[in-house]
Amino acid sequence: MTDAITEQEVRHVAKLSRLKLTDEQVRQFTRQMSDILAYVKKLNELDTANVKPTAHAAPLRNVFREDKAAAGMGVEKVLQNAPDRDGPFFKVPRVLAD
Amino acid sequence: MDRFLKCRECLQTKKMKNVIEDILKMTATELVKDIKTGKLTARQVVEFYLRQIERCDREMGAFISILDDHARTDADKIDSRIAAGENPGPLSGLPIAIKDNMCTDFAPTTCASKILIDYRPPYNAHVVEQLQKAGAIVIGKTNLDEFAMGSSTENSGIKITRNPWAPDRVPGGSSGGSGVAVAARMAPVSLGSDTGGSIRLPAAFCGICGLKPTYGRVSRYGLVAYGSSLDQIGPFGCDARDIALVLNTIAGYDHRDSTSVPLEHAADFTAAMEKPIAGLKIGIVKEYHAQGGIDPEITQAIEQAIKVFEQSGAKIIDVDLPHTDYAVACYYLVATAEASSNLARYDGVHYGYRTPNPTDYIDVYSSSRAEGFGDEVKRRIMLGTYVLSAGYYDAYYLKALKVRTLIKQDFDKVFEKVDVICAPVAPTPAFKIGEKVNDPLTMYLSDIFTISANLAGIPALAIPCGFTNNNLPIGLQLLGKHFDEETLLRTAWDYQKKTDFHRQIPEMVK
Repeated sequence: MTDAITEQEVRHVAKLSRLKLTDEQVRQFTRQMSDILAYVKKLNELDTANVKPTAHAAPLRNVFREDKAAAGMGVEKVLQNAPDRDGPFFKVPRVLAD
Repeated sequence: MDRFLKCRECLQTKKMKNVIEDILKMTATELVKDIKTGKLTARQVVEFYLRQIERCDREMGAFISILDDHARTDADKIDSRIAAGENPGPLSGLPIAIKDNMCTDFAPTTCASKILIDYRPPYNAHVVEQLQKAGAIVIGKTNLDEFAMGSSTENSGIKITRNPWAPDRVPGGSSGGSGVAVAARMAPVSLGSDTGGSIRLPAAFCGICGLKPTYGRVSRYGLVAYGSSLDQIGPFGCDARDIALVLNTIAGYDHRDSTSVPLEHAADFTAAMEKPIAGLKIGIVKEYHAQGGIDPEITQAIEQAIKVFEQSGAKIIDVDLPHTDYAVACYYLVATAEASSNLARYDGVHYGYRTPNPTDYIDVYSSSRAEGFGDEVKRRIMLGTYVLSAGYYDAYYLKALKVRTLIKQDFDKVFEKVDVICAPVAPTPAFKIGEKVNDPLTMYLSDIFTISANLAGIPALAIPCGFTNNNLPIGLQLLGKHFDEETLLRTAWDYQKKTDFHRQIPEMVK
């Protein structure tokens, strides 16, 4: 199939998505994503040259809230699910080398 | 064991035996009435449903968390308020099960994903706040396809859920747990979320009612986002009146969801139910039936239902939705694109699962996500990332948004001619567990009749309309104009006054 996504592209997309895949998963996703992409190509049967895109179907535009300060959630609540913390901070592994 | 004895004590006195049989057959509307008038206590009702969960859920697998202590405490509070002469609200003492992708600060919210397995939200979803204010009691959190991505609840990262009409079959998805909770009478009503059919498909497969409201009708604040422009929360119940009862409470403007639509008048869906449907124009979609692949037993059941509508004085009109055949393709581009963006927040840093031994900081992200997400979630994130990436955006994503316009316009045109569209929910009844799980594209096609409503933002209601020869439920779908849930509920209620499919209870849970 000419439109099939390649394993190399799948690896690239996995990197963009921050998903570490096994070789087996890469093979499997290549096949499944190719099937799906081949299927969605049917949209090309439609002429949409003069059609405007619809991002959502709600009868709304430009929803703004009042620019007013309000109380936040509080540090303890914000950190209550942190995988690792150091006092009032989220803790992560070192980003820069010595 | 202690818990079990306590509940037996409360239920198995002689007088209570009759009450138990009564509760099994009672609707939510009837339960609330009896609790308010003191014929039943909220505690008795809660004990009944906890016992039903204890009896059935080991096999069904509908619940991720059973909130027995929480429910008993809330029930006793409601009972003392009623005893003191107060009115605790329109849902006084009514137990409700909630899909585990809506935030509760009193129970974990897992989305059936390993990545959120211990997540305890610091706040309640808008719908949870509203329910509690109205006197409802959250009895448990229900299973789903991980992050609501699926049509069978087989993609749950926790367990599968079985269909109470046939335990070797799926309950539909993604709100399979909420569907089964009501079908097996483990809760009188429940909440699900519907991005492409995730309320309506389980309703159809489980023989109950399920409503996807108009986009913007119910606040999404506290609903874990999957496809933000498509997601909508809605109720499951045994009949249209129960759907209206819950919708009254959860509908309405909320400033914390920027797509919540402020309406001038708060609707009273219950009051609007009784109006007859004589003269109502009901559209039948030619393309749906030309599609082929619809199980003949389903076609037959829908035709029978149409006769019932005609006998009520409705006019049946053939209508066209010429872009029907493109809806699934359009949906899987829009939904996955939005998912890839929404699920970027699971980074192993702020909350959720973190890989135990990351090699560097990038690996915190990529290994946490690899270990935390299941395959279907990964597949959709990948697909969404691909269609949004440089060089493919116009060809896939923008193309899909334009086709979405065409699909929406199809409905706009049809609703100039008719008040309601009548269609099947799914081309087949509940399929076997394992039948489609390794073939994502085939699974996606289960949603062929439900997806368009999400793309167009219109409300759609699934109700039971028959059974196959194998005794599997068949669902009928009513689709309406934006913010016209009233007509859908009224049409359904008129039908339910003349039929009894919605009163059938699976043998194994009686």
